[in-house]
Amino acid sequence: MKIDIILAGVGGQGILSIATVIGYAAVESGLFLKQAEVHGMSQRGGDVQSHLRIADRDIYSDLIPAGNADMILSVEPMESLRYLPYLAKNGWLISNTTPFVNIPDYPPEEQVLAEIRKQTHHLLLPADEIAREVGNPRGMNMVMAGAASRFIDIPFEKMEEGIRFIFRGKGEAIVASNIAALQAGRKYAIEN
Amino acid sequence: MRNQKLLLLGDEAIAQGALDAGLSGIYAYPGTPSTEITEYVQRSAESAARYIHCRWSANEKTAVEAALGMSYGGKRAMACMKHVGLNVAADPFINSGITGANGGLLITVADDPSMHSSQDEQDSRFYGKFALVPMLEPANQQEAYDMCFRGFELSEKYRLPVMLRITTRLAHSRAGVVRREPLPENSLQLPQDMRQFVLLPAISRRRYKKLLETQHALLAESENSLFNQYVDGPDKSRGLIVCGIAYNYLMENFLDGPCPHPVLKIGQYPAPRSMVARLVDEVAEVLVIEEGMPFVEEYLRGLLDRGIRVRGRMDGTLPRDGELNPNLVRLALGMNDEAGPAVPEIVAGRPPALCQGCGHADTYDAMNAAIKAVFGDGHVFSDIGCYTLGALSPYQAINSCVDMGASITMAKGAADAGLFPAIAVIGDSTFTHSGMTGLLDAVVENANIVVFILDNSTTAMTGGQKSHAEGRLAQICRGLGVPEEHIHVIVPLRKNHEEFVRIIKQEIEYKGVSVIIPTRECIQTFRKKAKAKKEQ
Repeated sequence: MKIDIILAGVGGQGILSIATVIGYAAVESGLFLKQAEVHGMSQRGGDVQSHLRIADRDIYSDLIPAGNADMILSVEPMESLRYLPYLAKNGWLISNTTPFVNIPDYPPEEQVLAEIRKQTHHLLLPADEIAREVGNPRGMNMVMAGAASRFIDIPFEKMEEGIRFIFRGKGEAIVASNIAALQAGRKYAIEN
Repeated sequence: MRNQKLLLLGDEAIAQGALDAGLSGIYAYPGTPSTEITEYVQRSAESAARYIHCRWSANEKTAVEAALGMSYGGKRAMACMKHVGLNVAADPFINSGITGANGGLLITVADDPSMHSSQDEQDSRFYGKFALVPMLEPANQQEAYDMCFRGFELSEKYRLPVMLRITTRLAHSRAGVVRREPLPENSLQLPQDMRQFVLLPAISRRRYKKLLETQHALLAESENSLFNQYVDGPDKSRGLIVCGIAYNYLMENFLDGPCPHPVLKIGQYPAPRSMVARLVDEVAEVLVIEEGMPFVEEYLRGLLDRGIRVRGRMDGTLPRDGELNPNLVRLALGMNDEAGPAVPEIVAGRPPALCQGCGHADTYDAMNAAIKAVFGDGHVFSDIGCYTLGALSPYQAINSCVDMGASITMAKGAADAGLFPAIAVIGDSTFTHSGMTGLLDAVVENANIVVFILDNSTTAMTGGQKSHAEGRLAQICRGLGVPEEHIHVIVPLRKNHEEFVRIIKQEIEYKGVSVIIPTRECIQTFRKKAKAKKEQ
């Protein structure tokens, strides 16, 4: 088996914590992992992406080959479209609906969403709203990770463990509220 | 520790590899994509327990020289830098080939093809060849780890520095790495020959001859290296030479079986000549796949490019510039393009920008009011750092960014040419990296320039490392001879705008060197500290 995920967003939105949770779950399930990140200049509000590759055998390339991503998981709608050439024929495009507007020529929101809806397999979710509803306004990332979990063949409990691992130094309340966000994202993906 | 598996960035694998291979000191100046090597050693509990040297250096030159000094003392040292950092350190690096090493000396250089965070995409392998030293180039994180052991071993066997060359993709990609049994550090041991490091011409000539004679042995090492492998294949219509990480991009296209063509994987240089000869003799044409510039390809073609049929970056089979990926290699192999849907036209570019609340923004507002609005565009020479983003909208406040320190010296040269006003903008850390000597040039000639040293108390662009300039800037400027009354420290905030503009105008009118130091902590490090305090 293999799962190739493009994580997308804007520098500062924290896509790497999603990669860490899924990555932790993969490694704890005895799978191989490669994860290419963007560090440096782009982190200052530019477009950023991470290639997360999981497989049950050795992985060669740190980059996902074009047309081979099983999923584009984006915390920002326009950014999800930037990586379409990577998407496999049966791949899923999963995006948060809240735009991050820090450029003057950001396209009209409805056009962005319309482009996403053109994809055969897509899931749009109001992740910021869902995070607020479960009382974790900063948990948007974990909502997105939870939504992705529906399409990833790794035990969900391992992702919960991943959250416990990442936030272990920050107290039980923080752990619980991030697990709540993860579960809410998963629930939304199953119901919609 | 043996067989322990860690999930590490390529940079971190190098740091862990060096620690396990008996490192006593790491020397570096932050630079993407190499920064995380030193940061890993700084965070490591083991490194603290062993008192490994891991403080930042002022620049790459001082880093390589200090590493050479530790090697002189018989201990294992590593200097690391980004590719353009090696330009700064070129003098000690090239000459360390002549002096040679005593304790193991690794020079780790991270190249940045596609210029993700750099001003050029030079290939450091040319430097390794120039210095006539062995080079190692890992294909993956495990090799990056293992090559630290091999690198120190080679360095101590031949008493030569060894270059470890990586590129951005490996530096910033994470994968599992299995640790080996750690080696003990060396004890203090002076060189056997007390004149080894004295490069007086008579000694240099002798040592250079020795270096030249050693080349045969280095070639033999490459021929027998585990990092250079020849894997035969039945289809001889084509043979492949793949260097470093390019190997992964090749193999990614043959997941369901072995590559049908013979493959020579190169991870140690000088390039293994007899292995290359074998490939050339057996196949109809050779495709060279290498990350960076066509280093091996150009040697293979030679000046006349006759005889051997070679494909690669120089004939357009692969792009001449930019980073490789599995798809580019796939197309070079003549396989079909698997790319998915095109990017919709509505997707707009999203360049990086100064953070909300960044002090540099207030400085550029004041500068534009005092300079651009009065004298027009074209007066401001800038430097390498976050503030280079002042070139973009809405500021469009600067007219140059060339190399570390070039702001002050270019402003001086332009003033010499008659440009008025001539302004320099440099960050605090960049100033102590390479700006101080240029300021001295300006002071000695009383050049008519205004120098802004933007003090945000950190090396911000690379993630907030400690700056050597902290608390020392005004003192350094006074020491270099800038008149006390022409050194101004101001807090760049909206409320100080009028005062700021007034000072700039006043110093433009002064005929001589003025220094203005806008001082306000980087918003990122400020938030980080506030967050850490809250969590306590």
